[in-house]
Amino acid sequence: MGELRLMKGNEVIAEAAIRCGCDAYFGYPITPQSEVMETLMAREPWDETGMVVLQAESEVASINMVYGAAGTGKKVMTSSSSPGISLMAEGISYIAGAELPCVIVNVQRGGPGLGTIQPSQADYFQSTKGGGHGDYRLIVLAPASVQEMHDFVGLAFDLAFKYRNPAMILADGAIGQMMEKVELGDFVPRKTSAEIDAVYGSWATTGKKASRAKNVITSLELDSALMEQNNLRFQEKYRKMQQDEVRYEMIQCEDAEYILVAFGSSARICQKSVELARAKGIKVGLFRPITLFPFPTEPIAELAKKVKGFMTVEMNAGQMIEDVRLAVGCAGESKPVLYFGRLGGIIPTPGEVVDALEQKLIGG
Amino acid sequence: MEVKDIIKDENLVYSRPKLLTDKITHYCPGCSHGVVHKLLAEVIEEMGIQEKTIGVSPVGCAVFAYNYIDIDWHEAAHGRAPAVATGISRVNPDKVVFTYQGDGDLASIGTAEIMHAANRGENIVVVFINNAIYGMTGGQMAPTTQMAPTTLLGQVTATTPCGRDLARNGYPLKITELIGQLPGTAYVTRQSVHTPAAVRKCRKALKKSFENAIAKKGTSFVEVVSTCSSGWRLSPVDANKWMEENMFPFYPVGDIKDAEKAGAELFMQQNLKNC
Ligand SMILES: Cc1ncc(C[n+]2csc(CCOP(=O)(O)OP(=O)(O)O)c2C)c(N)n1
Ligand SMILES: [Mg+2]
Repeated sequence: MGELRLMKGNEVIAEAAIRCGCDAYFGYPITPQSEVMETLMAREPWDETGMVVLQAESEVASINMVYGAAGTGKKVMTSSSSPGISLMAEGISYIAGAELPCVIVNVQRGGPGLGTIQPSQADYFQSTKGGGHGDYRLIVLAPASVQEMHDFVGLAFDLAFKYRNPAMILADGAIGQMMEKVELGDFVPRKTSAEIDAVYGSWATTGKKASRAKNVITSLELDSALMEQNNLRFQEKYRKMQQDEVRYEMIQCEDAEYILVAFGSSARICQKSVELARAKGIKVGLFRPITLFPFPTEPIAELAKKVKGFMTVEMNAGQMIEDVRLAVGCAGESKPVLYFGRLGGIIPTPGEVVDALEQKLIGG
Repeated sequence: MEVKDIIKDENLVYSRPKLLTDKITHYCPGCSHGVVHKLLAEVIEEMGIQEKTIGVSPVGCAVFAYNYIDIDWHEAAHGRAPAVATGISRVNPDKVVFTYQGDGDLASIGTAEIMHAANRGENIVVVFINNAIYGMTGGQMAPTTQMAPTTLLGQVTATTPCGRDLARNGYPLKITELIGQLPGTAYVTRQSVHTPAAVRKCRKALKKSFENAIAKKGTSFVEVVSTCSSGWRLSPVDANKWMEENMFPFYPVGDIKDAEKAGAELFMQQNLKNC
């Protein structure tokens, strides 16, 4: 059993980063995630592990610092909340185009615009469909607990390096701010320069050795025939993720007639809704996508063959519902897929969800 | 005497730096980029730092700098090279990191990044090619686009077809003077490469900058007042002349600061003395 602590979601991101051997964090303050950098600065990891922590002049700068440091084969990350992630979009696209690993944490708040500092899941489209320009995908993990905030930092780095692709932890203000018991991981030493040269020497800018050709980190290719090849290679990578990396959780789905589909904070709410509905005799289960990209299309398609209908519960105007509909459609099923959600920083109550389930899906 | 009698080792007085690759550059005749590339290759070679130097290329005509100098390179987004260099340098303090940026890249879209990198005193070298125009995109106005000192007519570009108008477009930006004010900088200088003597001076400035980066003295910043014969619609010879007549009066060549980044005590002293 690892060390147990009572921590905030944002704080645990920082602690997990230090423990998993992260080399650097670059960030810019924004509510509701400023505790990530505050915790890192207070922990002074530069003395303990040598990790660099730097407050940048903007999110544009943070993501480009991440881009530079990631190019050298280091484990680097940033965190922000919705408006800041929008600013990072160009940089994220460059990182995806240059095929570099890194971790980006988005502790979402309500938008559009300056919006609200209250929790939201309105950046689902932005995170899962690209966000910046060009045909690229992020690996997107949606934590539903403080423990997962911890666990997904290491997981996101593993996946980012496995695919040489940016990975995003898509949390929200509720998970970032809430405190829960968390079991911390062991300390993993940072990679040494020699180790980085040995493992990533074929692409990383570690300084040109006489033994190898120069390494160039770039997303530029003016020859369209070659650029098409690059894009096809990316698509193949995304297909491989779809095949091997789908993660999800099913709660009481075995005998369920109705399925709630929800991720992150909404999934936590829905857990309670399932209890309340079951107490009323409604056979309902919860399907929780953990990877939002790759999306668990097949498991949902499987469920579609058995159940009477689905209802997505989202803290947005209905974004993930499009992927659930596609999945149900893939199964050749015409089962209803409905949506219930609250907007602008409002968190739905478990009771509201049950009411919606009864009125929209069952009664409808 | 035949050619083969002349081309002999003992007659060799000059050779191309080994770090310049065989790739034929895409630069136009008369462009300053090529000369500065050669100087960088020479300095890196002479200092023996090929294995620990990482260049950050910009978006602009020099985007392909990585094809021409045989070191590791990182191609940055438009204006963001100083942030990319900060990232590289912070996690690899043993490396020598430089950015290579145009005037649109550094003095317009990337103003925030260069100001803050220099203000943090990042131990990097910044090579700033000021050709008073957006070369790559076809010759639009840059923040550095000129007013002719004698006639006070604004420089004609694709987006200032009647000449830069101070009321409409604002003033040509002397960003190097601004950078020179920042306590994080070590060495801030303005050079050119239009004559052999100027080339030699520029080479010296670059070398000093790399030495500063290794000695962790702070940010070293070398502006090179440059020509863009294509963008200016001039022959290479006329471009040099135009630069001397129109750019040098406004962008005078010479050192602006030669020290090292201020320590806390010096910084406080300098800033409190007027209280
Ligand atoms: C975000 C973004 N905006 C605009 C461009 C288009 N663009 C490419 S190069 C350039 C100007 C480059 O001018 P400068 O930095 O002066 O370099 P030069 O070509 O003159 O050497 C522009 C505007 C871009 N690539 N990215
Ligand atoms: Mg220019």
